Amino acid sequence: MIKVENLVKTFGTKRAVNGISFSVERGEVLGFLGPNGAGKSTSMRMITGFIPPTEGRITVGGHDMVENPIPAKKLIGYLPENAPAYTDMTVHGFLSFSAELRGLRGDAKKKAVARAIEMCFLENVTHQSVDTLSKGYRHRTCFAQSVIHDPDILILDEPTDGLDPNQKHEVRQLIRRMGEKKVIIFSTHILEEVEAACTRAIIIDRGQIVANGTPAELKQRSDVAGAVSLRVLGVGADSVKQRLASVTGASKAAIVKETAGVVWVRVYPSDKARNGELARAVAETVTQSGWKFEELHTEEGRLDEVFRRITLPDTAGGSTSHENKVTGGHQ
Amino acid sequence: MSDSLRHIWTIARRELSGYFSSPVAYVVIVIFLLLMGFFTFMLGQFFRVGEASLSFSFFRWHPWLYLFLVPAVGMRLWAEERRQGTMELLLTMPITPWQAIVGKFLASWLFLIIALALTFPVVMTISYLGDPDGGAVFAGYLGSAFLAGAYLAVTCFTSALTRNQVISFILSVVICFFLILCGWEPITDMLVNFSPNLTKLVASFSVMPHFAGFQKGVIDSRDLLFFLSVIGFSLFCNGVVIRNLRAG
Repeated sequence: MIKVENLVKTFGTKRAVNGISFSVERGEVLGFLGPNGAGKSTSMRMITGFIPPTEGRITVGGHDMVENPIPAKKLIGYLPENAPAYTDMTVHGFLSFSAELRGLRGDAKKKAVARAIEMCFLENVTHQSVDTLSKGYRHRTCFAQSVIHDPDILILDEPTDGLDPNQKHEVRQLIRRMGEKKVIIFSTHILEEVEAACTRAIIIDRGQIVANGTPAELKQRSDVAGAVSLRVLGVGADSVKQRLASVTGASKAAIVKETAGVVWVRVYPSDKARNGELARAVAETVTQSGWKFEELHTEEGRLDEVFRRITLPDTAGGSTSHENKVTGGHQ
Repeated sequence: MSDSLRHIWTIARRELSGYFSSPVAYVVIVIFLLLMGFFTFMLGQFFRVGEASLSFSFFRWHPWLYLFLVPAVGMRLWAEERRQGTMELLLTMPITPWQAIVGKFLASWLFLIIALALTFPVVMTISYLGDPDGGAVFAGYLGSAFLAGAYLAVTCFTSALTRNQVISFILSVVICFFLILCGWEPITDMLVNFSPNLTKLVASFSVMPHFAGFQKGVIDSRDLLFFLSVIGFSLFCNGVVIRNLRAG
């Protein structure tokens, strides 16, 4: 549906986007990640046809965005950053206006507006002027505008920005549900969102794609991915460490934390692909040694750590913080 | 084609309803009408002239009143769109920038024409007192509408230059003031001693000589063409500014 080839955008001497290429097909929810100023919004503005690229090609549903923008734009629903809306209009007026520009008339328009209002929970504010709305409502009004013509492609720039946790949850659900039949690209810097809603994620840093894969694949890049974490009772830290480091398939063992009588240990695999085996081996060793343990699981890896390592090459690692945070495991 | 007309109409309707949903429009209209009355009846010495004509008591003031009225009406057109970020929304819709430019222009023009039409009591007064030449009155109104359109197109252009309405207002007043001055008789009389040919050239860019015909009741196609060219050129500049904004 969307094909982006070697996209470049320069502002003066600054290269905001520097050679981005990717493609998205129907049924995919693509997450755009990256630090502030990485070029996410600029890329989205080019894909939606707001600004022309300096170099490169964008094809949307087979139409070139620069040469043939009208049919390409018809396929897209767009929620710009900060969710702008005409403040002098009512919610209903604004949505009708958007529907008309999308070519909807008469009954079709009425139905589309009613559907968008229902979908985005705007019933209470339908006849309220946009400038009297709270940020959350305003955001949803602009979101409603983007889905008013039931587009094949949805491009959402920070769709959950400024929403409360319940609304965030609703929007994520909505994205996931709609993503089954559409193409959705959304940008965010909330990493749980990527895990919750995306089928694929692209990390952009300084105008370039630095990672492209499913959330699970990206997490695999984490240092702790595949490591087995366990909590052992009543044994000295050193003996635990020594014993576990020699388990088959383990490369090393590290003490994460130690308090009176309780030891948190992490055993790293020599081969990340075979993580299930390591957990079994560790469990056997622990039982054979007669230790009591309260918890044992395989780490999936953490997106925030991967994100930090990729986008901050100077401070590689960063895996020492938050070690005691328990993530969901396989076993 | 009908699609693009529809888009223009949709955008124009939105702008127009935007005017009337805020008190600013009514305030502007009232001020315009009050000033119009004051200039016509007090400064224009409407009753003393003793002539059933609007040329010198009424239409004569239009270039000067529009100088402030028109930029005030048009200054928000693109500046507000830029400030609020809705321009991004508008230009990612399946419309061409031209449809937006023309739609916005037409909406404001229509608003100005409504304001102008509300000066009808002047016409009623003069018809009651005497027997005016209907054609001349019509020509005056037509010229006045085109004059407003020309100023408005300039304002559309200056409005696209900035996200600040006040700056857009001032820029527009300055440009329109120039369009008046370069053909205003006191100025041309002064310049003509310096270089007659240059004066003629400069004056031909002014709205004053082209409005003078309408004011007297003459509809000259060359004058119409002049106003249409100013509108066309200014809106073209408006389009260029918007294209450059997007290109970064």
